Amino acid sequence: MSSRIPLPYAPRVLELFQNPQNLGRMEDATVIASAGSPACGDMIAFYLKVEDKSEIITKSSFESYGCASNIAAASQLTIMIEKKTLEEAWNFTWADVSEALGGLPSVKTHCGSLAVGALRRAIRTYYEEITKATPAWLPEELTKDEKHALEEEALAEKLKKKYKL
Amino acid sequence: MSHIQDLLKQHGVPEREVYLDWINGSVVDKEVFDAMIPYYLEKDYGNPAITHRIGWSTLDFYERTKRQISQPLNVDPQSIAITHSFTESNNLAIKGLTKMYKGRKKIIVSEVEHLSVIHAAKSLFDQGYKVDILPVSNDGTINLDILQEKIDDDTLLVSLQSINHEIGTIQPMKEALEIVKDKDEKIIFHTDATSAFGRIDLDFSKTEVDLATFSSNRILGPKGIAGLYIKDGIKLKSIYEGQLSVEILAPDVENSPLLAGFAKAVELHFKNFDEIKNHTTKLRDKLLYGLHTSIERTEINGPAGERRAPDNVNVSFLGCEGEALTVESSMNGIYASSGSACTSRVLMPSHILTAIGRKPEEAHGSMLMTINRLNTEEQINYVLETMPKVIERIRSITGGIEL
Repeated sequence: MSSRIPLPYAPRVLELFQNPQNLGRMEDATVIASAGSPACGDMIAFYLKVEDKSEIITKSSFESYGCASNIAAASQLTIMIEKKTLEEAWNFTWADVSEALGGLPSVKTHCGSLAVGALRRAIRTYYEEITKATPAWLPEELTKDEKHALEEEALAEKLKKKYKL
Repeated sequence: MSHIQDLLKQHGVPEREVYLDWINGSVVDKEVFDAMIPYYLEKDYGNPAITHRIGWSTLDFYERTKRQISQPLNVDPQSIAITHSFTESNNLAIKGLTKMYKGRKKIIVSEVEHLSVIHAAKSLFDQGYKVDILPVSNDGTINLDILQEKIDDDTLLVSLQSINHEIGTIQPMKEALEIVKDKDEKIIFHTDATSAFGRIDLDFSKTEVDLATFSSNRILGPKGIAGLYIKDGIKLKSIYEGQLSVEILAPDVENSPLLAGFAKAVELHFKNFDEIKNHTTKLRDKLLYGLHTSIERTEINGPAGERRAPDNVNVSFLGCEGEALTVESSMNGIYASSGSACTSRVLMPSHILTAIGRKPEEAHGSMLMTINRLNTEEQINYVLETMPKVIERIRSITGGIEL
């Protein structure tokens, strides 16, 4: 065994883990994005159904290869963005997700970041591939939560090299 | 920020509970507990190094219990140092040795040692020590050819475990010892026998082992007490400063209730050694092969049959993340641990599973279950009935994510 850390999850994390809302692949999704890497044991796929002109998210769902807080964070975010416009959805941060979950243990805050990173990727993909026009409110530079997802993917590459996979 | 009580309320107490995490924590046997009580309340509570009746009486008790504790190793009670944990024993063996033996600067360990061995050795870098790390095969067996190559006249210590604590590999200790001592009998040989104590025969009187770590809580004795066997003639220096008592290698006054508990646990376990071994081996095989055959995409970590510890089950369920797995198992009353990164302090998968060539995503899906003599066949049947549902649910959350 390696060193372990206590993970006193808030009850909301366990509740969503037991009964995740909006779980599963969406066949008619407008846009799909994922973040994280199986090598890190942490990956989220996000599915969005977006209404054409209003840009309202009518449906969203997720799949998660990750720990209980990862699953809960992704599920919580799908609940938060329901019926929101893409712009409104974009503005949720990992701190909002963490707060809605009753607080994540500090070593697990990245689970919130990863969920937000995956959602923002999906939103960028929507504008890049579907409308092919970038709205003014969408930052050109990657945000912190998106960078976090990238960092984790870079770490996965390093791990792969380290273990010669 | 702590919600543990609310978390426990949300979790609830499952109708049926099966504890399979003995390696991470255990109860004491009822008889062990009963044997400890008088030493908390009335008997031999003194400091054995003080010259009054209670002190002498405690010294007498200390010597008698040490005799009992040393019996399964078939060594002189004087050669046992009583410590507080196997982590302390491993640190004492390695660091305490380097305080006494100057000159040679190389320590050889394997890459599947417990971190208390690997990190204790690496902590000596700044004193000019070199640490060579031996690779293992894909069932966790230490590579003896490389051991042969690595030993040289700068080698002070070889520290190799008797049984791996995570995947149950019984190491070729006799052969390793032969290689080391044939080459140079001055090289000191330490074995971390924590996971071997009570699982395989450990008669050190017949071997050239110089130092060996063993612990009370792996045989349903109390936590907070362990031992280090030190062969006659080998010198160690305490790694602590300050008050020492009769025991000169570990600090603090001797703890009589823990000594009584350790001695009782030794008596109970070794009286029934064969019976316990047969019982756990039977349940181990039922669980290990049961999981492997009833759940698709399941891989066994570690060796099969005679070369596996009688109490160790470790499997990887592909497409499952291990922390989620332990939580879902817990909801179903099954308590075990995982080598997943998400369960560790450093967010890295188990160094043992990666050492045997498991890909990170295989290591993340691993589950370690240890079998104890208190487990029953009925409990194992429950685990075998329940785990397919647990795995199915976790895999449904993973869904179509490609690994």
